[in-house]
Amino acid sequence: MRKFKEFIIEKLILLCGLAAIFFVVLIFLFLLKEGLAVFKTVSPFKFLFGESWYPISEPAQLGILPLILGSLLVTVGAAIISVPIGVGCAVYIAEIAPLKIKEVLKAGIELLAAIPSVVLGFIGMVTLVPLVKNVFHLPTGLTALSGSIMLAFMAMPTIVSIAEDALYSVPKTYKEGALALGATHWQTIWRVMLPAASSGILAAVMLGIGRVIGETMAVMMITGNAAVLPKSLLVPVRTLTATIAAEMGEAVVGSEHFFALFAIGIVLFVISFAINVTADLFLHKRQ
Amino acid sequence: MVKFDIKDLNIWFGAVHALKRVSMDVRANEILSVIGPSNSGKTTFLRMLNRLNDLNQNFKMSGSVKLDQNEIKTIDPELLRKRVGMVFALPLPLPLSIFDNVAYGVRMHGTKNKKTLEEIVEKSLKEAYLWEEVKDRMDTSAFKLSGGQQQRLCIARTLAVEPEVILFDEPCSGLDPISTAKVEDAMVNLKQKYTIVLVTNNVKQAARVGNRTAFFLGGELIELSATERIFTAPADQRTDGYIRGKFG
Repeated sequence: MRKFKEFIIEKLILLCGLAAIFFVVLIFLFLLKEGLAVFKTVSPFKFLFGESWYPISEPAQLGILPLILGSLLVTVGAAIISVPIGVGCAVYIAEIAPLKIKEVLKAGIELLAAIPSVVLGFIGMVTLVPLVKNVFHLPTGLTALSGSIMLAFMAMPTIVSIAEDALYSVPKTYKEGALALGATHWQTIWRVMLPAASSGILAAVMLGIGRVIGETMAVMMITGNAAVLPKSLLVPVRTLTATIAAEMGEAVVGSEHFFALFAIGIVLFVISFAINVTADLFLHKRQ
Repeated sequence: MVKFDIKDLNIWFGAVHALKRVSMDVRANEILSVIGPSNSGKTTFLRMLNRLNDLNQNFKMSGSVKLDQNEIKTIDPELLRKRVGMVFALPLPLPLSIFDNVAYGVRMHGTKNKKTLEEIVEKSLKEAYLWEEVKDRMDTSAFKLSGGQQQRLCIARTLAVEPEVILFDEPCSGLDPISTAKVEDAMVNLKQKYTIVLVTNNVKQAARVGNRTAFFLGGELIELSATERIFTAPADQRTDGYIRGKFG
């Protein structure tokens, strides 16, 4: 009887595991089926590197290069802002802050992670957008820069908490070893703690970037949504995610436009997948 | 000559009274062995000498510890730790080459000249009795070395910053007897130039290498005298009991 029970439970757990994989595969297949259809009319090269996105003109022009560059620009901008601040914050929490400040900071970071992205987008719209407009004397504050700054806030909690974990899991003996050689606190952090935690910190950065590239709501609200090739950080851009979210509702099911949006989904999927795999590689290297 | 002069030293970690009214000295160019069961305060004592205890936020102390007549509280901790090096229980090479491991501390203290570095590294490795075994593969990773070699590498790394005192915290606890013998040879050789404090769980090791031996129990210094005396005619019954293996 007991053996039978074990058997049932084992199989149930197996089923749960398989279900997760099954659904992922199903989603991926669905995405492929809908998305690849667009390549009947547009060549993959023209789709990826075409410079204009006019999906409802006649004939439709389906080049997503402006969208890819929009996504990259916003993401790289967000990374440049959030990585130094995030890693610095993690070092402060893990190594320098007294116990009380540490707890307050950690709670604050978690709170930041809990803010829904649409709320962040809304706050950005009424505060950040006019600020960017006035500081740089622009016709509009809805720019890639605004998006980058806002998304940096979203990447920060991920980066801080995972990087802090990585620093925390550096064996105490490393730190003591460096200090015992006469290293200062900063030398210990810079030459021992950070290198020892580097793979975890890189994983934290990758996961933070993964979060940014998949983000939709906030970028849609504050990047201006102009599907043109961006020439600087101070112009409106449109990201891959925002395009899908904005246009899926009005695309006719089964039309070229509809398939093109799914194909954008595939591109996003591939990018996110690549980022996650890289992060995973770094995390495993650490163990 | 007295190197460390310790008077009425009390140490607390939070509510735990880890060292109780310890007064003793460490003489220059001797090997002082410190023995005692776990929780006897011997490691706390050792970590007092280079102020590693300061890292613990609950650490409190009273009394005085002087290095060459200067209160160690008044010495900059980085400077103190350069003068008072430490070798830990587990060999702890950094993920770098053999050369870079030994040169690590020296570089950190500002020496950049390649020639000088090479000289220091060679000298330190020789003093740690490791040079002959590694001189042809200085660029290989330190992790390729055996446990005993890694521990001697850590000794060399400590020597490279030219300390005056070296603290050994159970340096052979993870080593086989042959590696242990090599580390002990290195220690005996080192005492001509350095002062050595050796905390060990291995009573026989204390008998083999120590000039004097201190016995700690429950945070108190029970007895400190010449090693032969401790092991032949200890003054205190508890010392006798411990070295005969009756407790601990």
